Amino acid sequence: MTSYISATEAERREMLAAIGVGSIDDLFADIPAQLRLGRALALDAGLSEQEVYDELRALAARNVSAEDEVSFLGAGMYDSYVPALVDSIISRSEFLTPYTPYQPEISQGGLQAMFEYQTAISELTGLPVSNASVYEGPSAVAAAGYVAKLENGRRRFIVARGVHPHARETLATLAKGYGMETEEAPLRDGRTELAPLDDSVSAIILQQPNFLGVVEDVAPLAAAAREAGALTICSCDPIPLALLKPPGECGVDVAVGEGQTLGNRLDFGGPSFGFFAVTQSLLRRIPGRIAGETTDVEGRRGFVLTLQTREQHIRRERATSNICTSQALNALAGVIYLSWLGRRGLVELAELMLQRTAYARERLAAVEGVELLVDQPVVREFAVRLGAPVESVIARCREEGINPGYPLGRDYPELDDCLLVAITERRTRADIDRLADALAAAVATERERLAVRA
Amino acid sequence: MAEASYPDDLLYHSEHDWARVDGDTATFGITWYAQDALGEVVFFEAPKLGAQIVKDESYTEVESVKAVSDVIAPLSGEIIEVNTALGDQPETINEDPYGEGWLIKVKLADPSEAESLMDAAAYQATLA
Amino acid sequence: MMRASDDRLTIYERSRPGRRAFVAPLLDVPERALDELLPPELRRSEAPRLPEVAEPEIVRHYNRLSRRNFDLDTGFYPLGSCTMKYNPKLHERVAGLPGHARLHPLQDPSRAQGALELMWKLQQSLGEIAGLPHVSLQPSAGSHGELAGVLLTRAYHEDHGDRRTKVLTPDNAHGTNPATVTMAGYEVVKVGTDERGNVDLDDLRAKATEDVACLMLTNPSTVGLFEQGIEEIERIVHGVGATLYYDGANLNAIMGICRPGDMGFDIVHFNLHKSFTQPHGGGGPGAGPIAVAERIEPYLPRPQVIVREGTNGSGPRYDLDYDRPKSIGRLRGFQGNYGVFVRSYAYIRSLGAAGLREVSEVAVLNANYLLARLQREGVAEYLPAAYDRICKHEFVLSGTPMKRALGIKTLDLAKRLLDFGVHPPTVYFPLIVDEALLIEPTETETKETLDRFADIVAEILREAAEDPELARNAPYATPVRRLDEAQAARHPVVRQAM
Repeated sequence: MTSYISATEAERREMLAAIGVGSIDDLFADIPAQLRLGRALALDAGLSEQEVYDELRALAARNVSAEDEVSFLGAGMYDSYVPALVDSIISRSEFLTPYTPYQPEISQGGLQAMFEYQTAISELTGLPVSNASVYEGPSAVAAAGYVAKLENGRRRFIVARGVHPHARETLATLAKGYGMETEEAPLRDGRTELAPLDDSVSAIILQQPNFLGVVEDVAPLAAAAREAGALTICSCDPIPLALLKPPGECGVDVAVGEGQTLGNRLDFGGPSFGFFAVTQSLLRRIPGRIAGETTDVEGRRGFVLTLQTREQHIRRERATSNICTSQALNALAGVIYLSWLGRRGLVELAELMLQRTAYARERLAAVEGVELLVDQPVVREFAVRLGAPVESVIARCREEGINPGYPLGRDYPELDDCLLVAITERRTRADIDRLADALAAAVATERERLAVRA
Repeated sequence: MAEASYPDDLLYHSEHDWARVDGDTATFGITWYAQDALGEVVFFEAPKLGAQIVKDESYTEVESVKAVSDVIAPLSGEIIEVNTALGDQPETINEDPYGEGWLIKVKLADPSEAESLMDAAAYQATLA
Repeated sequence: MMRASDDRLTIYERSRPGRRAFVAPLLDVPERALDELLPPELRRSEAPRLPEVAEPEIVRHYNRLSRRNFDLDTGFYPLGSCTMKYNPKLHERVAGLPGHARLHPLQDPSRAQGALELMWKLQQSLGEIAGLPHVSLQPSAGSHGELAGVLLTRAYHEDHGDRRTKVLTPDNAHGTNPATVTMAGYEVVKVGTDERGNVDLDDLRAKATEDVACLMLTNPSTVGLFEQGIEEIERIVHGVGATLYYDGANLNAIMGICRPGDMGFDIVHFNLHKSFTQPHGGGGPGAGPIAVAERIEPYLPRPQVIVREGTNGSGPRYDLDYDRPKSIGRLRGFQGNYGVFVRSYAYIRSLGAAGLREVSEVAVLNANYLLARLQREGVAEYLPAAYDRICKHEFVLSGTPMKRALGIKTLDLAKRLLDFGVHPPTVYFPLIVDEALLIEPTETETKETLDRFADIVAEILREAAEDPELARNAPYATPVRRLDEAQAARHPVVRQAM
């Protein structure tokens, strides 16, 4: 059994004597006897380090990861490349093992990194205030809804159907708690269509690009919300923001999103981070940690956690949120990654995805039995309609070592013949050609099978 | 203001607020004791002009680095002026709580309510 | 822009036009005109002003920053209620295996059997440790688990046609408890603490009315003491039909010794970043799974990891169950912080039942030993224990006599500790003790470390008796000295000016 404990038997006796008790059991004498377990936990016996490694490696081997197949799965998390310097820096114990920086004098590294991260998010979103990150994307949408409720006290959210289904469901879960109704705004031709808003609407909630990969024209939607006195919340994929008009310029009040694609691994869904940026007027409504710049008693620059009166440990039941964690390590990976890309690199990366996605769209649309769902601008993800059962087509492609994408019917019954295909910088032209071939063969086989049955 | 002081021309509320009554209007602020207990004030949430406030109820908040405090209305009325200079310089509340650090001016709903407030001596007795 | 000496420059201040680290992969498809692919009216006019820095300077910049952080692998970190125990290195290695790290969360369950098996087994283990049969791994932090717990409570009552409006929290609760209660649409009612540090049972009886939905409790409590009236508390709370919620922040004291489920708790959250060694990462990530009683199970978040026994001799099949009509729904995207689950599962496999029990035994031994060391002459008269009892994994001292006799506050003591290379305890929490210090040494510290800490505290007090200014102006040996937090809050600068 692996042990991380130093205390020897002799030391334990010495320590018990110093405390003035006879045994370890005496330290638990205040627990009523009938509440004590009185047996060992029903867990397997402990193992040596190498045995644990072997077990965890065997479990890993039973997963088919993006290492094992050519994957076009996206739908909120993407197989993007994590540069080596990210691993190197975030594995340093000085970043990996401290707590939240409550003592700023010995936490300047983490605090300055938060400040740099906030700056990067502010630049991406075109909004002046970013927090130090929240759990992840979909729960950030729900947290943004709470900001709107606190800001204007209205009772309804209008949520675009193009918002990630997990975000819509998370918002519904939390909104029920804080007493808000949610209604859906439909998609028409792949984009959000907004009905007239009345003064009961607290916020409209959009996604850019939306779940189908389509770039929304956010500005007129945000203008309509502003007209009605409602906030606009927009969940964004950060890489396309390299090219798209930033949410702040579109009139968005709260921009949030999933940060995984910025230097974080897939990790079967987490941990990653959610980013969260707001207008200046919402500065005191934002949830979570914020790093701010100041000076020390000698006038030297330094950083602290600031505006803490918003938070639960001070404002308690009137806090702007119960959140007391940032995803500091994941956000650090994010700012290292963005620094590595740099100003021009970010744009080059987004343009590469744009071009390869355009190529993939063209290649797939040319396949017999495959057509584009909508003809709207996209950046890195798009939907196609298949003339054959989607799950069967996916299964056939997998046999060729290709994971062709996400079956939209799981979340959109009206799109049960559609597949969502994601392109990252790791998917080359050759990969895309293989996808097109595999899809062509799979669709043809499935159609034949259907024809025979008919 | 380093030394405690409680001017005689003011009326005091037990929640550490003062009122300077002038006919049917009054100026409100927080006492030396309140600003000292709070520490360095970093934010004053400006209430809305025209809002109706009710005696003994909170009408806004002041914040220090690690505390939030409700500000209680010593008298009822309508807000007719807000000290907007505190937006940029909330520390004025510490430096000059009875002068430049005033918070709001109010048109009183019922000037006779003032009879329930304390004078400086009575208020100081509650602090002892 | 503020001028800063070279080692304080931000990455943006190190930027020079034209420098770069990233080299894009080859554009291997026919290039189309940008306007054709993205209409100009949807595009931004200026690229985000990210830094322009070559790779060697990025690495040097962040390495330099890292040296301005104190960390657990370097020194003692007795931060009460945070359980700063050693984070085993093996965990980083196994979490980084590509089969875990590059697994897409929407991979078909049939192709993620290893991950789902790991999650299932972690659920089973946590359920056994809590003494409750059903577990959801979805919540991403303790406070997220709390929110799940209160939403589960709401769903449970509403399903029984019962509309309740209040949630009880002790007056010494973590701030997340009352904040969570409000977010979940309930009114907070505080329950007092008696002079022994236990919940005031008379106050609880008076406040436990039929409109109370839940009592949120930590046991051991936030003052590090076992709640001796827990059985009576359980009778009172269940007597009015409310649920009993266990905040698992302090689980490190009781693993394998007693279980929240056996005490009558209905819902428990775990902090995998505390007792189960997920590194804190400077404030995250963590994970806050919940374990629940049978009657709460129907409402657990969606999806749940389940197992189906194999047919015809095949092994068990793990799956994600979305068909849960009474579920409160999702709390986040995908299935939770899987990378954290890998580490915590590895920890439980390393230690096993006996190892986990030993963790709690030594955590409590270390805490009581350090308390005894700090209650000797020279310290006890200035920093008395807030409660004169055997503590569990942590304990509270009060700095009030120190403030009176020596003229230094708890904050000053904390800042002076920085000069001695130790992280201060949690200060000014719990709120019910004046000038509080909450000290949690954890099981992974040596006796020498505990002795040294006690000696340092005694030394600081001796020093303060001679010259209190020394502590009042501390620290001196840190990368920066005391920072102007009022300035930061009055005129917030939360991003780099450009």
